[in-house]
Amino acid sequence: MGTWFWWMILGMAAVTYIPRAIPLTFLEGRELPASVQNVLKNIPYAVLGALIFPAIFFIQENIWFGVLGAAAAFGLAFMGANVMVVVLGSIAVLAVYSLIFM
Amino acid sequence: MDEHGFSAGLKAGVSIAIGYFPIALTFGLLAKTTGLSLIEATAMSVFVFAGAAQYISLSLIAAGVSPVVIVVNTFVVNIRHFLMTAALNEKMQPDAIWKKALYAFGITDESFSVLATQSGGRLKTSFAAGVIIISYGSWVVFTAIGHLIGANLPQFLQASMGIALYAMFVGLLVPSMRGNRKVVSLAAIAGIINSLFYFTGWLSTGWAILVSTLVSAIFIEYISPRARKA
Repeated sequence: MGTWFWWMILGMAAVTYIPRAIPLTFLEGRELPASVQNVLKNIPYAVLGALIFPAIFFIQENIWFGVLGAAAAFGLAFMGANVMVVVLGSIAVLAVYSLIFM
Repeated sequence: MDEHGFSAGLKAGVSIAIGYFPIALTFGLLAKTTGLSLIEATAMSVFVFAGAAQYISLSLIAAGVSPVVIVVNTFVVNIRHFLMTAALNEKMQPDAIWKKALYAFGITDESFSVLATQSGGRLKTSFAAGVIIISYGSWVVFTAIGHLIGANLPQFLQASMGIALYAMFVGLLVPSMRGNRKVVSLAAIAGIINSLFYFTGWLSTGWAILVSTLVSAIFIEYISPRARKA
């Protein structure tokens, strides 16, 4: 990595910090328009959808590896497992699969 | 002992610290395979402290995406924290601006969830400090350890840990999806649009995630008032 990498980290740090800091410091007592608030409320779930699909299927060249991992993650999550169990459980399922079939 | 002070915060943050372990370890490991040095990988965790954005930046760096797009993408991915800290402001005790500016750095999806779900009245700054210090410490330390031991992990385990980030997203999303069609629609529409961009190659990864997120969030907001009136 070159100098650009450090400028990028600086930029990432700034744009990560600003949305965290402004409401806690400067915006106390002020309200955003309702429509803006609603769109912002939607963003976490939309981001998660875009982050998961389709990338989850392409973690390996073998697409079935990703499909199995996705099935394991969704299965565990729908059973009510917490995030840590979903993460470790999906890794375990894929680890067992690779040991046996790859 | 002050039961809602710093040590209570540390205790409440342990679950986050444990949860960050595989994610930070995998980040350090993936950072190494992406070509980042130990210092570069650890510095990203020290200064940015945003799991999803850091992971995405790795895949974007690997794809040769422009650093400016990576920064813009980081902003879009993290803008949700604007709403979280706005909500959290109601929950926290009023305190000096510099203290609030300091702990604002440590508000992630996970620390927000732990803080916002504490029962009782307003939370002390020292409690938030405890939650944040233990989660941040875990994130930074395990990033470095992940980079150091990365090459020594067996290949099958490295391959399997590639699912960790996505499994975390699934684990965060699914509890909100239960009985909530709006959340299901938001995630599904964004996922479908992003897949469209992926398979057609119309947009690079960073812009594809940005556009699909905004289109889905605005579209659902646009149609939902009509649904309420009907």
